[in-house]
Amino acid sequence: MEPTSVIGTKNKKNQVFTDPRIMMREAPRTPSFYTGSEVIKEAIRRASIDVMIAYPITPQSEAAALIGELFAEGYIGDYFRGESEFAVMSQCAGAAFGGARVFTTTAGPGTMRAMENFPMWAGARLPIQCIVTCRGINSPLSIQPDTIEISYLMQTGMLVWHAETAQDFYDWILMGYMVSEEPDVHLPLALCCDGFFVTHTKDVVDLTPTDMCLPPYDPYRSPVPCMDMECPPVRMMRDPFIMKSNYISYATHASWQQEIWAAAERSRKHTIAWLNGLIETEDIDADVLIVTSGTAVSQGREAIRLLADEGIRVGLVKIKTLRPWPEEEIKEATKHATHIIVPEFNVIGWMAKEIKATIPRSERVVAGPRVCGGMTMPPEIIVEEIKRALGVRSTTLAARG
Amino acid sequence: MSLDYVKFTPGFEQFMPKEYRDMVEHGPFGKKTTVSQMGSFKEILEEHPMCAGCAMTLFIRLAIIAFPNPEDTITVGTAGCGRLAISQAAIPFVYGNYGDQNGVASGLSRGLRLRFGDKPKDVVVIAGDGGTADIGFQQVLHSWFRKERFTTIMLDNEVYGNTGGQESGMTTRGAVLKMAPLGKKFEKMDMVTMAKVAGCSYIATVVPNNPRRVESVIKKAVLIARDIGPTYIQAYTSCNIEYAIPTDKVMEDAKTVEDDRYKFTEYVSDEAKAYLAERYGYKEFIPKATAAVTTA
Repeated sequence: MEPTSVIGTKNKKNQVFTDPRIMMREAPRTPSFYTGSEVIKEAIRRASIDVMIAYPITPQSEAAALIGELFAEGYIGDYFRGESEFAVMSQCAGAAFGGARVFTTTAGPGTMRAMENFPMWAGARLPIQCIVTCRGINSPLSIQPDTIEISYLMQTGMLVWHAETAQDFYDWILMGYMVSEEPDVHLPLALCCDGFFVTHTKDVVDLTPTDMCLPPYDPYRSPVPCMDMECPPVRMMRDPFIMKSNYISYATHASWQQEIWAAAERSRKHTIAWLNGLIETEDIDADVLIVTSGTAVSQGREAIRLLADEGIRVGLVKIKTLRPWPEEEIKEATKHATHIIVPEFNVIGWMAKEIKATIPRSERVVAGPRVCGGMTMPPEIIVEEIKRALGVRSTTLAARG
Repeated sequence: MSLDYVKFTPGFEQFMPKEYRDMVEHGPFGKKTTVSQMGSFKEILEEHPMCAGCAMTLFIRLAIIAFPNPEDTITVGTAGCGRLAISQAAIPFVYGNYGDQNGVASGLSRGLRLRFGDKPKDVVVIAGDGGTADIGFQQVLHSWFRKERFTTIMLDNEVYGNTGGQESGMTTRGAVLKMAPLGKKFEKMDMVTMAKVAGCSYIATVVPNNPRRVESVIKKAVLIARDIGPTYIQAYTSCNIEYAIPTDKVMEDAKTVEDDRYKFTEYVSDEAKAYLAERYGYKEFIPKATAAVTTA
């Protein structure tokens, strides 16, 4: 079935299957005041989701439950609560193997419990979308914001995007399926945000019309066979490679892993078109740049405003996609900078490490400030980090330690 | 699957591999093949890398022949010996993660129902005793409690065979195996009772040395799972390597074990009985005419 053949027809909720380019770029937008969780619900209302599987864990529980309401209203094909995150992600895999468009959400320890699934999803080319509302994974137990789980997701072969705002979230959920389901990509997407800061705060978000929705997923655009027994019967495998200790077996596994990462690279062109680039920049001619992702970007904007009042000019690079990693874009955007400040909401500083590994003269990177375990990041500590890097005497000591 | 797929594209017959020609000309798709015809048709599972004398392989062959609708059947499994054979069958085999087969099957079964409506797409889980009763236990039980409509088959060789002979929850008490150097300390898990408690509509225990019986239970289990609820088959499929059963004694062992502690049992819920009788004409489940009421 051509996916465009349904354009203009209606689903059972009277929503019109709309060309996604028209829906996302040309259709009128209505400003609405919603929490991040409610924004997830509104995006999913318009996403033509077949199956959503839920499990409670803070701070994604509200969004997962709200999508249950959408199911009750008839917007989702099937919905249920699984018994753990590992089970949920397995159930999501099954539905996607069967040709369904699948959505789920998780957070923190749930992400870690489910982790075995994520490389499997990527390897099996299942274009599932998983919202990750990041929170601490450490002991002693913390339910507060912390982005450390993203560093694990970045090694799975999934696409990984990091939303700054609820508006990003709304648009990227819908655009994410369009990128994920491209035949030359066909990979799962971990769409991350900073828990609580985005999920539990209210913001004005411009929503697309309620009566428009994405065209349905067409599983026959997948680069691998859909497991629905609608293809000619063949023996798919002879002598399973897992049993073989020989060069052909190793080469088969190696080339498939390379293909997964190549597919993520091929997502660039689609992502650039949908997201207007993998990064966003402001005033990158400045000597000092803040380069980061998520709500650290928002705090960076505030710091830039504070420093401007003092006559210190600072630019900004907002990284939107972590996989694929915008290597060339970051190199280009930071080529004039003398100081690259990387504020982060995690203890290890994975973003600073990625940037250091990307750019020439990595000593320009200031790996901080970093907060973790649920601490907030007042703009003043970014200001102070920048002043220290510049050798400017600081009068602000707010929020240190 | 449209049976039109099981045809040659005109002009290409002579170029197709013999394997494929045999599947098209002598395969079971669209036919009602039975275990008594074994040897006279092309089986969905033929070549495999299993050990000589493996009872599990015989059971898997019988089970696949028994599928009522192989052209619309998808199998799901996990790590273990069985998947090495099943993954070479000419029907799809989904391997997800360790022990997640009943979760994958839950999603698959629901996704296929959404897409294909009333057209039967049979989902059959085939996994080992470790995969079902140990690492997959939570997902197995929850899929049953949720009344997911697919069949779960446990290939019970009472040991982790594929990893070299470690104790599993289905090992009998006292057996000395790897990771149980002093003998297993607790009883074999009673998965049949758990299946009953969790609400399976059909439960059977079998051994592979009675092909017609294997065929019968598999057919019933798959048919009931279409509409009524979860079904569970637990098959004793000895590991002749880890339990040192001589190759020519494997069937003898199965008979001994059957007589001793693996008797044929079958539970069919009333709803499943009525369904088999009404939908598929199973005579044994047609309610007998009630005796004439006599007056005192």
